[in-house]
Amino acid sequence: MTNDTSLVRRALRHRLLWPVVTLLLLLALNAAFNPTFLHLEWRDGHLYGSLIDILNRAAPLVLVALGMTLVIATRGIDISVGAVVAIAAALAASMIGGSLVVKDGAAADVSRFPMWLAIAAALGVALACGLWNGLLVARIGMQPIIATLILMVAGRGIAQLITEGQIITIYYAPYFFIGGGYLLGLPFALFIAAAVFAALYLAVTHSALGLFIQSVGINPAAARLAGVKARRLTVGVYMLCAGCAGLAGLIISSNVKSADGNNAGLLLELDAILAVTLGGTSLGGGRFSLVGSVIGALIIQTLTYAIYSLGVPPEINLVVKAVVVFVVMLLQSAEFRAELRQRLFRPAPGGAVR
Amino acid sequence: MSAMAPGQQKVGVGAAGIAPPFSGARLQRRSLPLQVTISLFVLMAALGSLAYPGFFSLQVFLNLLIDNAFLCVVAVGMTFVILSGGIDLSVGSVIALTTMVCAWLVEQRGWHPLVVIPLVLLLGTGFGAVMGVLIERYRLQPFIVTLAGMFLARGLCYVISIDSISIGNEFISDISFIRIPVWGGATLTVSAVVALVVVALGVYLAHYTAFGRTVYAVGGNEQSALLMGLPVRGTVIGVYALSGFCSALGGVLFMLYMLSGYGLHAMGLELDAIAAVVIGGTLLTGGVGYVVGTLFGVMMLGIIQTLIAFDGTLSSWWTRIAVGALLFVFCLMQRLLRTREG
Repeated sequence: MTNDTSLVRRALRHRLLWPVVTLLLLLALNAAFNPTFLHLEWRDGHLYGSLIDILNRAAPLVLVALGMTLVIATRGIDISVGAVVAIAAALAASMIGGSLVVKDGAAADVSRFPMWLAIAAALGVALACGLWNGLLVARIGMQPIIATLILMVAGRGIAQLITEGQIITIYYAPYFFIGGGYLLGLPFALFIAAAVFAALYLAVTHSALGLFIQSVGINPAAARLAGVKARRLTVGVYMLCAGCAGLAGLIISSNVKSADGNNAGLLLELDAILAVTLGGTSLGGGRFSLVGSVIGALIIQTLTYAIYSLGVPPEINLVVKAVVVFVVMLLQSAEFRAELRQRLFRPAPGGAVR
Repeated sequence: MSAMAPGQQKVGVGAAGIAPPFSGARLQRRSLPLQVTISLFVLMAALGSLAYPGFFSLQVFLNLLIDNAFLCVVAVGMTFVILSGGIDLSVGSVIALTTMVCAWLVEQRGWHPLVVIPLVLLLGTGFGAVMGVLIERYRLQPFIVTLAGMFLARGLCYVISIDSISIGNEFISDISFIRIPVWGGATLTVSAVVALVVVALGVYLAHYTAFGRTVYAVGGNEQSALLMGLPVRGTVIGVYALSGFCSALGGVLFMLYMLSGYGLHAMGLELDAIAAVVIGGTLLTGGVGYVVGTLFGVMMLGIIQTLIAFDGTLSSWWTRIAVGALLFVFCLMQRLLRTREG
């Protein structure tokens, strides 16, 4: 075996290979059916194009998926992120105010509280939600799915309580910058997602944090015995995840200029888990990849874009997603791969025979 | 509980996972959440009766069952899944798919409901069984498999139609309007009777058959169940098939209740079903619980809604917050019980 082939082999074995290949295939599919897909254009000081659009729309999902990755890496799961998105959006919207103030014949930018206070409050509430989840998991020792189920059920009620059951429309223009503004020609939401990714990536790769998270995911008891402050770490990870969800809530509410307690972030937890799974993070905890989750989120958004742009009825979207999840799941299952190998190379000696 | 001697407590430790129908001290300990649920139910009913005129009538209580018949049926299926240590997130969307397929075949294809209903029940069972095979054979996480099942079923609804299909079929509307007199002027619907029958069958299946005992054993410890030579594989698949069947049956009841098929029907119902099971005293880690408890869990969710409706000043979203709070209390209780047992 020469060096060449071993390099190829290593590339083939790299666990981000399949996510990247999937993403490239989807992009190629889009480009094949839509000639202007890869076209980028500079117009009015902004960069326009389908790729930018996909990145922009994927930003909230990327954020939530990043937080979810770390939670899943500690062998947990957070299904309350959708509800946290709704709560953060509701609080920010209600603090900024839902009334159109007209001064001198033009809409005036009036906010009930300063915008920074509204944003801080929304993020603070999101962190509090994460603290609640984390304490239930780490202190009380509930199963993560159940602990976060509580907030998932109650959270939408709380969001509606804040908005008093209404959909709050926001008229305060400066707030729109978060989800709809441009910085250096690129959407601002992209910078938020990129900043969070960079911070997490550096923290995980350049400090022992990544190692600690992984060790808690692989064996919580052993990690604790080895001196890792497992409980504190778990609480921190859930707070981080909820904080990311809060940011996503701000972006979403600013982008659609309203907050809807019932529908903001609906099913976002499922998309986020899907993104994390697609990115190669093991749901059993331990093995995780932040880059993979970002790619996973982009895959989901590109898939959605492809479905719309290919003229496939959007209602098929869910079916396609389901099929993708089934295929990815099966490919991740050792039992399925063993069976497949057996089917393909039947006389293989020493094959996994059960 | 506090009166229980330390010696008695040890009795419960040995045979974790297998709950025989009735046996002294262990029953008390394991059924504590159920006892709390029943007491809380009685308490809320009493408070409601004192606070609101017209609350204390047989019909109000029968309405709890009538309005939640589909939830009750689904929750019984969910109880088995949770007892076996799994979870089924697809139930709500299977309900929606059932209503959709029924409405489509009956209204637009002109099939007779008596043909369609067995067909959808079969479809639901098959749907559940396939998920069960994926979970058992390929060792995939139930959470993810049923999540994908949820996407798939909802997606298939929209493939049939994006809009709601209303049902004008005489046979179906006749059934949905039948009122069975109970006592005094109070009546039950066909759906409520079906729900009660399902609960009774569920109790029988869980406590008096080999299948039920295996479900408890698998939920207690799958490895030991396997080593004991129990048919683990078939049982796990059977549990998800059962849940699929119950969801489809719940879907038929839901269709009778709403008289329409719609892809957005029963959104988030899986959460209500899980909540009902937990509030009914079934341990989410599997192996411990009662099917009867689930009936009370469903009634509990119903009475919260009824109380809020009777009050009139509280908005509907308080229901969700109340259910969340209740879930929290019961999870906490389960957790504390387990710590003391371990």
